[in-house]
Amino acid sequence: MNAIDHHWQRFTLKQKLSRYAVYLVLVMAFVQSIQSVEVIPEFLLDAPEQMADMFSRMWPMDFAYYPVTVHDAMIETLNIATLGTLITLIFAIPLALMNASNIVSSTWCHWISKFFLVSSRSVNSLVWALLFVSIFGPGVIAGVLAIAFRSIGFVGKLLGEALEEVNMGSIEALKATGASWLSILLKGYWPQVLPAFFSIVLFRWDINVRESAVLGLVGAGGIGVVLDDSMNLFQWDRVAVSLLAIFIIVILAEILVVNVRKRLI
Amino acid sequence: MSVTQSSVEHSNFLEIRNLKKEYTAGNPILKGIDIHITEPGIVAIIGPSGTGKSTLLRCINRLIDPTEGKILFDNADLCLAKGAQLRKLRRQVGMVFQEYNLVERLTVIENVLTGRLGYMSAWQAWRRKFSQQDINTAFELLDAVGLTEHASKRADSLSGGQRQRVGIARAVMQNPRILLADEPTSSLDPKTAVEIMELLERFSQEKNIPALVNIHDVKLASRFAKRMIGMSNGVVVYDGPPEGITDEHLKQIYGGESWLA
Amino acid sequence: MAGVNSTRLGANKDRENPFKHNWLVSSLWLLVVCYIVYSFNAMDLSLGRISDGLGHASDLLARMVPPNFSRWSLLLSGLIESLEIAVISSICGIFISLFLGLFAARNLMPSWISTPVRALIALCRTFHPVIIAILFVKSVGFGALAGILTLVVASIGFIAKLFAEAIEEISLKQVEAIRATGAGFTSIILFSVMPQVFARFIGFSTYQLDSNLRNSTMVGIVGAGGLGGTLFSAFQRFDYDFVAAILIVIIALIMFGEFLSNIVRHIFR
Repeated sequence: MNAIDHHWQRFTLKQKLSRYAVYLVLVMAFVQSIQSVEVIPEFLLDAPEQMADMFSRMWPMDFAYYPVTVHDAMIETLNIATLGTLITLIFAIPLALMNASNIVSSTWCHWISKFFLVSSRSVNSLVWALLFVSIFGPGVIAGVLAIAFRSIGFVGKLLGEALEEVNMGSIEALKATGASWLSILLKGYWPQVLPAFFSIVLFRWDINVRESAVLGLVGAGGIGVVLDDSMNLFQWDRVAVSLLAIFIIVILAEILVVNVRKRLI
Repeated sequence: MSVTQSSVEHSNFLEIRNLKKEYTAGNPILKGIDIHITEPGIVAIIGPSGTGKSTLLRCINRLIDPTEGKILFDNADLCLAKGAQLRKLRRQVGMVFQEYNLVERLTVIENVLTGRLGYMSAWQAWRRKFSQQDINTAFELLDAVGLTEHASKRADSLSGGQRQRVGIARAVMQNPRILLADEPTSSLDPKTAVEIMELLERFSQEKNIPALVNIHDVKLASRFAKRMIGMSNGVVVYDGPPEGITDEHLKQIYGGESWLA
Repeated sequence: MAGVNSTRLGANKDRENPFKHNWLVSSLWLLVVCYIVYSFNAMDLSLGRISDGLGHASDLLARMVPPNFSRWSLLLSGLIESLEIAVISSICGIFISLFLGLFAARNLMPSWISTPVRALIALCRTFHPVIIAILFVKSVGFGALAGILTLVVASIGFIAKLFAEAIEEISLKQVEAIRATGAGFTSIILFSVMPQVFARFIGFSTYQLDSNLRNSTMVGIVGAGGLGGTLFSAFQRFDYDFVAAILIVIIALIMFGEFLSNIVRHIFR
């Protein structure tokens, strides 16, 4: 190469180095994990066969089982998801108001609300369910509360963000009329965040339908209990019916939510 | 050095025979176009929008598949080319776009270098392994369009005129045997538009290749073109030197006359 | 439906028919109240049971403090296994999603490729990771492998979908320009599609890394390895002080993960 050769670089040295550092760390973590994780290779090789065996046991499905237990359990699952989502609002709305910097200016309030919102999100719904099962015993109460507590962080965070995005002009106009704090909230903020509010709640409800289907595995009610029972008894044809029911409900919930959201926006 | 070298000596640059294109059956946008390009230099294609000028250019490098007809280029019928052969023909056809179509998140020099992709294997492209010669050529071209100091800026930080220069550099980087320019000036101000046309003229002279330029500004077209092709409703209605074009022709091409004053 | 109409009224600040507005809102409220009454009945909930539970709750909380870290080696091995599951599944999942997302993009691929790939991705998304975990535990046995496979599937369902959507939103003009240079398919992807979507792909990937970290502490509950198994057995043995210790570690791990992914996002911005 001669001396007048041009050089061309996409990134500065620092950018390059930090990117390479990320790649290097990823590769090292991957190699280290692969080496130390306790995986028996034979199990991995055997997996397709075992899967095929499992699916062959699932067929034909035991549809007669549906009206006996699955149907009621599905209704219960939907109720857990819906009631859980409604109860979430009792906690999430005040926390969202506290978290929105244009409504409450106190830093203390922000930190308190942040703390609750983050802890709600950090604990998985299954772990919440375990906690509530040990408090209330096995059953739907634990399920409803697990869903409710897990959703607080999600709804509160997104609703808080929506509140921060409202047009402050109309709020000022209301303040100028001498309206009270509560009526500013109801007539100023509420109409503006209404579409976002319904959209967030529906979105969370959709997620909750999925989640409530598995809470039963730790005893918190719903279709999961039925699933767990038939699995423990190796009644795979019944497992398949439950899975199919979950599949259909989840798809229907998603279609419903997508359509309603389209109309909202 | 490949830029200044001109390997094309024969005069049969491009021949389009009876080219037809319909997007929906029975509704042709090109109704049998015959164009034979034998000389280097700028060929301006004028006509109102929606008359199929863009479609015509895109048929030539097969970004659009024509319905019927022949496009003879480099001793092959472009309409029949497929796969690797099509890409090989395509890389000899440089294209400049109205909206510049730069890859906005790549840098200016990278955008110019993408003109060489047709010459590289997928493996080389993956490693971004451009040859030193290509890199040198790219910098020379960037120098030629006056953007050397912008080489490592991202393309989306440039102004319209600067972007179009990059677009031209990219097209020339392909070492093409013909340049196509689809309304290269209509998103630009008049002064910049002239500069862009000058650049196109310069490259077509340097490389001794024709440049087919879609343009709706008749004055600008006749200032640079050696030959004008007037299109209206999917057919060629004028084909000749710019001096030969009359108000009568323009009326036929664009319709109406109030704008002619 | 009520929400829909009142929304429109609210958004436009139309004041021409306040009566209708109020009527819709109150019917919505009525619906909610009716539903609550119905669901309490249907699920046999009563305030008595809830107040009973509240007594247990204070008892439970009392037993959780102080958290007991004396079995730290058990905690650490579970934590490491969770991390390993998260790392392996994220990298494999992201890698597979890169291709599946590309194949699922309807603007680049013919429908005979994109439709089946989209169906596969949708299937990965439909089931909750726990259900997938159960199926894998049954077919490959207890342990980390089931967890890894589960989270790979979960990652595909999330990243591949979003990645495909990101690709469908790109500017095709830039693609057209690269195609016009005579570039082959791979080069077109590398030089016109990837530059447009790479930053978003990194965003999805770091988000999924976060999410896999969370889930890797959970799949253990059904036997798919990691800290979740330790947590579940602590619950079953009523070792609530150990439970508290595990929960603290999980929350710390997740916060650390968020911190890391913020750094990565910053680097690749």
